Amino acid sequence: MFESLSDRLNETFGRLSRKGRLTEADVDEAMREVRRALLEADVNFKVVKDFVAAVRVRAVGQDVLRSLTPAQTAIGIVNEELVNVLGAEREELRAPERPPQILMLVGLQGSGKTTHAAKLAIHLRKGGRNPLLVAADVYRPAAINQLQALGKQVNVPVYEEGTSKSPVDIAANALRFARERGHNPVIVDTAGRLQIDERLMQELVDIRDRIAPTEILLVADAMTGQEAVGVAEAFHRRLDVSGLILTKMDGDARGGAALSIRAVTGVPIKFIGTGEKLDALEPFYPERLAGRILGMGDVLSLIERAQEQTDEGEAQRLQDRMLKGQFNLEDFLDQLQKIKKMGPLTQLLDMIPGLGGQLRQAKAQISDDDYKQVEAIIFSMTPQERRRPELIGNRRRKRIARGSGTSPAQVNQLLSQFREMQKMMSQMGKMAKKGKLPANMPFDF
Amino acid sequence: MVLGRLFRRRSQPDAQLEQGLEKTRRGVFLEITRLFDRSTIDEELYEDLEMLLIQADVGWDVSQKLVAELRARVARDRSTVPAEAREILREEMISLLELATRNRKVKILQRGVPFVVMVVGVNGVGKTTTIAKLAAYHQRFGRSVMLAAGDTFRAAAIDQLKVWGERQGVPVIAHHQGADPGAVVFDAMQAAHARGADVLIVDTAGRLQTKHNLMAELSKLRKIMQRHVEDAPQEVLLVIDATTGQNGLVQAKAFADSVDITDIMIAKLDGTAKGGIAFSVAKELGTPISYVGTGERATDLAEFKPETYVDSLFFGVGDGL
Ligand SMILES: Nc1nc2c(ncn2[C@@H]2O[C@H](COP(=O)(O)OP(=O)(O)OP(=O)(O)O)[C@@H](O)[C@H]2O)c(=O)[nH]1
Ligand SMILES: [Mg+2]
Repeated sequence: MFESLSDRLNETFGRLSRKGRLTEADVDEAMREVRRALLEADVNFKVVKDFVAAVRVRAVGQDVLRSLTPAQTAIGIVNEELVNVLGAEREELRAPERPPQILMLVGLQGSGKTTHAAKLAIHLRKGGRNPLLVAADVYRPAAINQLQALGKQVNVPVYEEGTSKSPVDIAANALRFARERGHNPVIVDTAGRLQIDERLMQELVDIRDRIAPTEILLVADAMTGQEAVGVAEAFHRRLDVSGLILTKMDGDARGGAALSIRAVTGVPIKFIGTGEKLDALEPFYPERLAGRILGMGDVLSLIERAQEQTDEGEAQRLQDRMLKGQFNLEDFLDQLQKIKKMGPLTQLLDMIPGLGGQLRQAKAQISDDDYKQVEAIIFSMTPQERRRPELIGNRRRKRIARGSGTSPAQVNQLLSQFREMQKMMSQMGKMAKKGKLPANMPFDF
Repeated sequence: MVLGRLFRRRSQPDAQLEQGLEKTRRGVFLEITRLFDRSTIDEELYEDLEMLLIQADVGWDVSQKLVAELRARVARDRSTVPAEAREILREEMISLLELATRNRKVKILQRGVPFVVMVVGVNGVGKTTTIAKLAAYHQRFGRSVMLAAGDTFRAAAIDQLKVWGERQGVPVIAHHQGADPGAVVFDAMQAAHARGADVLIVDTAGRLQTKHNLMAELSKLRKIMQRHVEDAPQEVLLVIDATTGQNGLVQAKAFADSVDITDIMIAKLDGTAKGGIAFSVAKELGTPISYVGTGERATDLAEFKPETYVDSLFFGVGDGL
């Protein structure tokens, strides 16, 4: 539903360049597209205004007017500025002056605090530490049970005192308990609340004053709209938030809220949540979010995950083949098996850029359960058929269906999905050649 | 008696919505008032209005269209008075939302056949709380209600629903965590029949619309319900968080595609978000928006009314504020 900004800018500049020299007014027209793209990505309107102004200054002063590829130059500037605002350096969790490290999670209702408390616990346990989860949400029905269940699942103790004590006391007692037993870090799950609920905001201030947390992490939903700024500002003003966790990034929201929050509060984004499973917590990389906000997908994450499974030479070879349209079913099968280790297929597909209209549909037909079926179908093909799927006619299709326990229609479906994918890959290849990808993408096509 | 069992949506007093929205109104509505509080209709007015709409999550597209339409009508009517423009805008916004209410069907409760409501949505939007609210809503009409704990995935989701069941005094049909939601629904349908429940409300696990297999699971649940009651679920309610930005429309589209939602609930309107996504949903999909959620208690539900929505969220009229 969203065209990517690069498509739009190419169109704009394409139209303009036909009439000769570009002028400042032309840049303004391009800036309107930038503005629109950011607003559609839920970046706050005030932030957009400042942002576009900054980009415009650079665009006019710099090479856009003289550039042979103005769209590319403009995209490059936009991208760079986005990364600048998002914070070019990755920020780790702060170390406490003396242990334990205390992390306090705050945010609106339903943003994902409880799940992320558990995710943080296992993430931090990796370094051989001994975390404690603290159930300080005494309001939402069964919130404590939820944290307990998660704690049990990942084998991390949960400190709780039921729902009749005050969250301030619970947090303080939990800290004492942690000191006695040598727990570190201590992760405090608080109840979701509206930033305009004075009584509950004061409660957070009281908790903070009692336990002096090392970090106060604001947990925000990636799908949040324009109010993200108001919410974050209010939490920050009262609590002096030290970091942001952006959740539900496995969806298809563009995540402009994160840019707004960062721009307005200056609070760094420390983690992103990418799934309901408890290991779906990832460090934040600004380039990726920048690409996503601009509708360019998250190729970097995809490639990085692929690289975890592949050696460098092979990855390069594969990338070349993909972009030249030489990627065949054998490569596909090979990838499929590696991909299985990388994460849910649907999630991976979400990272592919330009997954517009028809491709989204193709994607909608693929689910994780299909892994096995797809494998079975490809296994039933001869090596020759895998390399040249166009050989597969009616007779072969029937044979493959029989061999894999599927129907010829299912075989067909796979083949057509594969063709879509091939088409898209070669489009990406062409796009890369024409220089439509941002200049500072840190990989060579 | 018989009439009482007719499932007409009776109008409820709006006091609750009004109250719930009180906090919300301040921001945008004050600005809208200020916006039209000038001597002439000029370019700046249109620009500022566009920004205000965007700020309310109405979205780029719909904001543009609203403003363009306002311009056209102001020109046609040769209006020069900002107050007139303000009234035109208000009408336009209301009629846009009416696109999402005029498709509402009258629902009829039949004796001996449970009216099944399946509640769906992405994670954390307020589904389970909405179920408590719906239970209270139906109880107010004297209907017997039963709940099904169809979220067997999220930790303690079952406990959460059970707490609400207890508070509302309604039975909850539940299996253990990790059980097959289909089996829960199957049992609940049987129990609803056996005990002659008027209304069965089914909770489902939150799911992002991008997860194809989870979306497919919802159609499976529907099929299981239909084994017992042909036209079940008579209501498929999509809950959207008012704080959601432009992804709300994507959610509505995806859920509409895979489960034929019949109604939409905009939850968390007691926050500061203006729920502007309702306008794009109305415009693009026309799926009926039926309820709004205005708080964390079971009584914090009101019926969605275009006029009240627009007035209390954007214009701050119709009350003594
Ligand atoms: N302020 C406010 N909070 C709400 C409203 N509706 C629900 N909530 C809160 O939002 C949080 C999440 O609500 P749930 O009902 O658990 O949401 P859910 O969609 O069932 O969540 P999952 O099952 O985890 O996907 C809880 O803290 C609720 O109390 C509302 O209208 N206003
Ligand atoms: Mg729930």
